[in-house]
Amino acid sequence: MTFSADQGTPVLEVSDLKISYHGGERYHPVVHGVSFRVEPGEVVALVGESGSGKTTTAQSVIGLLPANGHVDRGTIRLNGTDISRWSDRQFDTIRGARISLVPQDPGSSLNPVKTIGAQVGEILEIHGEARGKELERRVLALLECVGLPDPELRARQYPHELSGGMRQRVLIAIAIALKPELIIADEPTSALDVTVQKRILDLIDELRAEYGTAVLLVTHDLGVAVDRADRLVVLQGGRVQEEGRASEVLAAPRSPYTRQLIADAPSLSRSAAWVTATARSSTGTAATDDVVVVEQLVQEFPRPTRGEAPFSAVDHVSFRVRRGTTHAIVGESGSGKTTTVRAVVGFQKPTSGKIEIDGTDLSTLGGETLRQFRRKIQLVYQNPYASLDPRQTIFEIVEEPLLNFGNLSRLERREKTLAILSRVGLPEALATRRAHALSGGQRQRVAIARALVLDPQVVVLDEAVSALDVTVQARILDLLDELQQDLGLTYLFVSHDLAVVRQIADTVSVLRGGRLVDEGPVAQVFDHPGSDYTRELISAIPGRKHPAFA
Amino acid sequence: MTSRYLFNRIGQALLVLWAAFTVSFVLLQAMPGDAILIKFQNPDLGLTPQQIAEIRAAYAADSPLWLQYVQTIGNFLSGNFGYSVQAGVPVSASLAAHLPVTLKLAAIGFLTAAILAVAIAFLSSLAPFAWLRSAIQSVPSLFISIPTFWLGIMLIQIFSFRLKLVPVINPGPWQEFILPVATLAVPISAPLAQVLVRNIDAVLTQPFITVARAKGATQGRVLWRHVAKNALLPTLTIAGVLFGELIAGAVVTETVFGLNGIGGLTERAVGTQDVAVLQAIVVLSAAAFVAINLIVDLLYPVLDPRLRTRSGATA
Repeated sequence: MTFSADQGTPVLEVSDLKISYHGGERYHPVVHGVSFRVEPGEVVALVGESGSGKTTTAQSVIGLLPANGHVDRGTIRLNGTDISRWSDRQFDTIRGARISLVPQDPGSSLNPVKTIGAQVGEILEIHGEARGKELERRVLALLECVGLPDPELRARQYPHELSGGMRQRVLIAIAIALKPELIIADEPTSALDVTVQKRILDLIDELRAEYGTAVLLVTHDLGVAVDRADRLVVLQGGRVQEEGRASEVLAAPRSPYTRQLIADAPSLSRSAAWVTATARSSTGTAATDDVVVVEQLVQEFPRPTRGEAPFSAVDHVSFRVRRGTTHAIVGESGSGKTTTVRAVVGFQKPTSGKIEIDGTDLSTLGGETLRQFRRKIQLVYQNPYASLDPRQTIFEIVEEPLLNFGNLSRLERREKTLAILSRVGLPEALATRRAHALSGGQRQRVAIARALVLDPQVVVLDEAVSALDVTVQARILDLLDELQQDLGLTYLFVSHDLAVVRQIADTVSVLRGGRLVDEGPVAQVFDHPGSDYTRELISAIPGRKHPAFA
Repeated sequence: MTSRYLFNRIGQALLVLWAAFTVSFVLLQAMPGDAILIKFQNPDLGLTPQQIAEIRAAYAADSPLWLQYVQTIGNFLSGNFGYSVQAGVPVSASLAAHLPVTLKLAAIGFLTAAILAVAIAFLSSLAPFAWLRSAIQSVPSLFISIPTFWLGIMLIQIFSFRLKLVPVINPGPWQEFILPVATLAVPISAPLAQVLVRNIDAVLTQPFITVARAKGATQGRVLWRHVAKNALLPTLTIAGVLFGELIAGAVVTETVFGLNGIGGLTERAVGTQDVAVLQAIVVLSAAAFVAINLIVDLLYPVLDPRLRTRSGATA
């Protein structure tokens, strides 16, 4: 089916849309009268944080609301036809053919037991477009079109044999197969590494330009939205806060919420970050001792087949971290950053190399001495949802490390726990609650409190803010900064997000394939990258289309 | 799959067989009394203790236990399962006579259970109303709580005596299997259906289902083309384990319906402490159980592409 709208009719026109979820007796409205339109060939970004209703709105457009979701009011017009009250059966005829979807998580969005070829071919088969040899030929053409090398091989492979970026390309091939009028891209790159992210977004751009397909881009990342969309629709709490041309919204935001979003987006606030970073490195603490010293760290893992050389996850990596500063370890998946950190906290014995924490050589530790050493270095994990025991109260979670170490009395423990909770900005009333009652930001504060309760020297933040919404992320970064100033903490900040690193770190090591490719003070690495890879990483940071803000 | 993996798995299977043999040997020997005494001490036969001792010597029942153990294991390895004291025929002949009935019962029973489970699970996901869905989903819990012997008796009562659908006296060669198969299949289908329902629900929440729907696939197509295989794969293991239940169920079922299979043979052998027969049945059941589970394990990589290759491509 080809694009055949009359000039003037928008591809998508949503007006006064109200959606609610019904759970038993409960009725929970999530979208309150949202209106926006998408013109042919246009990219419109629905921007908002979790709970803003952006995903629900997008789901209703393609008729894939969860079973308990219900459109209460308003219309969704696809080329002038109201589809908001359509049945599943009616939707089956337009899904894939006129509206298609590029999903969020390429890792689980392909059927693990069917070949890539079969899954791409399915959409042609369902809509009776092709069969047999012709089907095969079109599948290969589609795979080639989205830039997959060796399409014949890929068509025979299964999803687990492809990388995340390749899988997302396959999903895009499915989405464009029938040249729909509208593609809904629901956070299409948030699960991907930053350089892959850029390539995928470029691909969507190219295909859009080629086919004249309109794109509804759903994202929490204002940087991505500003780079890629013609117009922005900013959602908060199920209401449209602001709508307009991307450049105009960015230059002169009318709603205070949009202003907040722009201020908090690390990729859009480079100038502000600059000041902090440079100020910090110049003032720096008087003490010049290195609290973390890693020299020639090598970590090898045996391969499943015998006789093959072992796999080097970390290959002669060295760095030093001065007391009271933040050192960032940057890299994409497979770069060895997590392996490095596991060795630094003593979870894994390195194959060779030296690690010294606050003057203690890790290789001399074992058993009880290793356990005592863990007081000095604490971890905050990426996922605040999975790293807290759902059965413990917040108080118990934060108190637990004190029970493992030292012999404080009950009262002293209580005092200390409550003090640290208030230190990270959590009201005392939350102490008796359980993790499920807390928001993502609050949970990450709990995780930070748990790490700090033992008065550690070094805190390892393993992608500690990556799973959080941008405004929440900004608050947590503020908190971390404040704690560092007050308590003289040293941070080892592991991240794939260069924009955040630029904001928080003093020094940085860039890892790729287990090797150190770049290092130095943040300002120097960003200004004069020492390797092509660093340059590529920096250019992949979204939000650079508008130089006024970069 | 490497040949080393295959070798290991077969080695494990043999180890299990040997353990089953040894444990059952020890337990059977530990039982007070023995089959020879039960048969020949009968006062009607009027045998003198002298004669009984001679018979015992002929069966080698007096030699030390370790020697009996070694001899029995040697005999089993060479395919000789010994003599049934009670029937006076080789155990292998006895097994050959009774095995076909049980095999037929087990195979049809298991097939019926699998069909029943799949039907329950998929019907419940297709059910258009919530009440119908929960009604279908409560069927397995009902099935699981029915005792086999009671179900057998009730089926005979209802279908043979009341409705006269299946004759009790001289049923046809297939007719005689209808009720036993039903009795056997119901309790085995229940856990299968429960696991399957849960798997289907879990697969339905996967993002690739949304993608399939977004392609325009109908609900039926999604269920058939995308959910079915993903939901059925994990049930394979359960099915293998349930096979043990099948053997246990067959004993009761055959007794209730008077079928002359391994179940009936077991029941009589226990009554008369026919150790040789029991030993052979235990080893045979263990072998069947181990073989089924070995097949399931080896089948996984064939059915699930994720288990075929170890390393993924990178790009």
